[in-house]
Amino acid sequence: MKYNWNWGIFLQPAADAAGTWLAYLLGGLVWTLATALAAWAIALAFGTAVGTLRTTPNRWVARVCAAYVEIFRNVPLLVQMFLWFFVLPELLPVSWGEAVKQMPPPWASFAPAVLSLGFYTSVRVAEQVRAGIQSLPRGQMMAGTALGLTRAQAYCHVILPMTFRIILPPLTSEFLNCIKNSSVALTIGLLELTGRARAMQEFTCQVFEAFAAATVIYLLANIVIVFGMRRLEKRVQVPGLISAGGAPQAGH
Amino acid sequence: MFSGFDFDVIQRSLPYLFREGMTFTLTLTALAMTGGIVFGTLLAMMRLSKFTPLAVIAGGYVNLMRSLPLVLVIFWFYFLVPWIGGWLTGAQQTIQVGAFWSSVITFTMFEAAYYCEIMRAGIQSISRGQVSAGYALGLDYWQMMGYIVLPQAFRNMLPVLLTQTIILFQDTSLVYVISATDFLGAAAKVANRDYRLVEMYLFAAVVYFAISLAASHYVKTLQTRLAVVR
Repeated sequence: MKYNWNWGIFLQPAADAAGTWLAYLLGGLVWTLATALAAWAIALAFGTAVGTLRTTPNRWVARVCAAYVEIFRNVPLLVQMFLWFFVLPELLPVSWGEAVKQMPPPWASFAPAVLSLGFYTSVRVAEQVRAGIQSLPRGQMMAGTALGLTRAQAYCHVILPMTFRIILPPLTSEFLNCIKNSSVALTIGLLELTGRARAMQEFTCQVFEAFAAATVIYLLANIVIVFGMRRLEKRVQVPGLISAGGAPQAGH
Repeated sequence: MFSGFDFDVIQRSLPYLFREGMTFTLTLTALAMTGGIVFGTLLAMMRLSKFTPLAVIAGGYVNLMRSLPLVLVIFWFYFLVPWIGGWLTGAQQTIQVGAFWSSVITFTMFEAAYYCEIMRAGIQSISRGQVSAGYALGLDYWQMMGYIVLPQAFRNMLPVLLTQTIILFQDTSLVYVISATDFLGAAAKVANRDYRLVEMYLFAAVVYFAISLAASHYVKTLQTRLAVVR
């Protein structure tokens, strides 16, 4: 029982012959970040909208938004990804479905990965936005409307800017989760970082080197983002508020 | 839209899906929850320990696990456990553990990091005075923790611990990447055999949704009940 270590493997040419294995893995990191960022854009847009609408007095709107949250929260990400990848093209009109299936390789899995991860993350963003809005004193909305702002204006200029300053720390960890969760996309054939480490392992049989490299790259990416966000959090922190991570929450 | 659907495939595969797949999923969830909470609580006690090396080790472990994607951790343990097993037993070859036990170990070790953070918050929510009172009564550390702090910490954190377990239940679907036959794995196998992807994946989504929704509603009622009593 002896494992043959070979750390030099990273400088050897990769299977795709475009560069070394190290370059191959770093290319995977680029796909990971691209997926996570594109999904994050969807998550922020839908999450903010849904989270805000849940705090409006209209009960029907609040109910629809609550249903949205329950649906995307209670189905595992992997299943959601399968639904976008395998099921959606079958349910679309035939010509659209064909067009989706004939997308060139990386995009055919990139698009469903981004959509599923985006909507999955949007629910978590929505819950943070809602909690942030509800943590503001009622007086803020009242003061806004007393100044002659409409409700929408008060949300845009008073409530939401405050909310985002308060919920920036939990949003940072949601973004980190988004990066980690993008690894699920390897199941639908997207060669992001974990997927490439797996491919490298299958091709070279250097199991531990491949996964160790992926681990280190994930850790470094994590550290860089956390440090950047901490600086941003300090700058936008609301004076007088204790910047807390909030109540302990379950999650990934 | 549903005219070309073959809902019969679901009915035909129900025994397989639930007897094989769901049993795997639920057993894995239960074992990983139990192991994860026990190990997580120990980690939390280590993190809060005054003995710095223990706190550093536990903190490092928790932060490492929490910065890695679960899929990567599943791969790590899937390949690592046979080697560690062989090394521990002094065998000449690597030990074959199989997908089930490999996943149990993975999820226990991974979720422990998340349970640890919850338990840490729970322990920290107990006032210092109670700890001092325990010591003043002559209890030692383990008695004080076991009879005073941990029971209250569990009670305060029960809703969060259960919510984390619901997430764990959903995450077990990721054992798909090591081809284990959990509920989703079983559904995928039937889907690919009969070429009925649409029906099987929609059905899997509905089942996961129903179970998670019911469980999270239970957690919500539990939360109000605990809050009222206190």
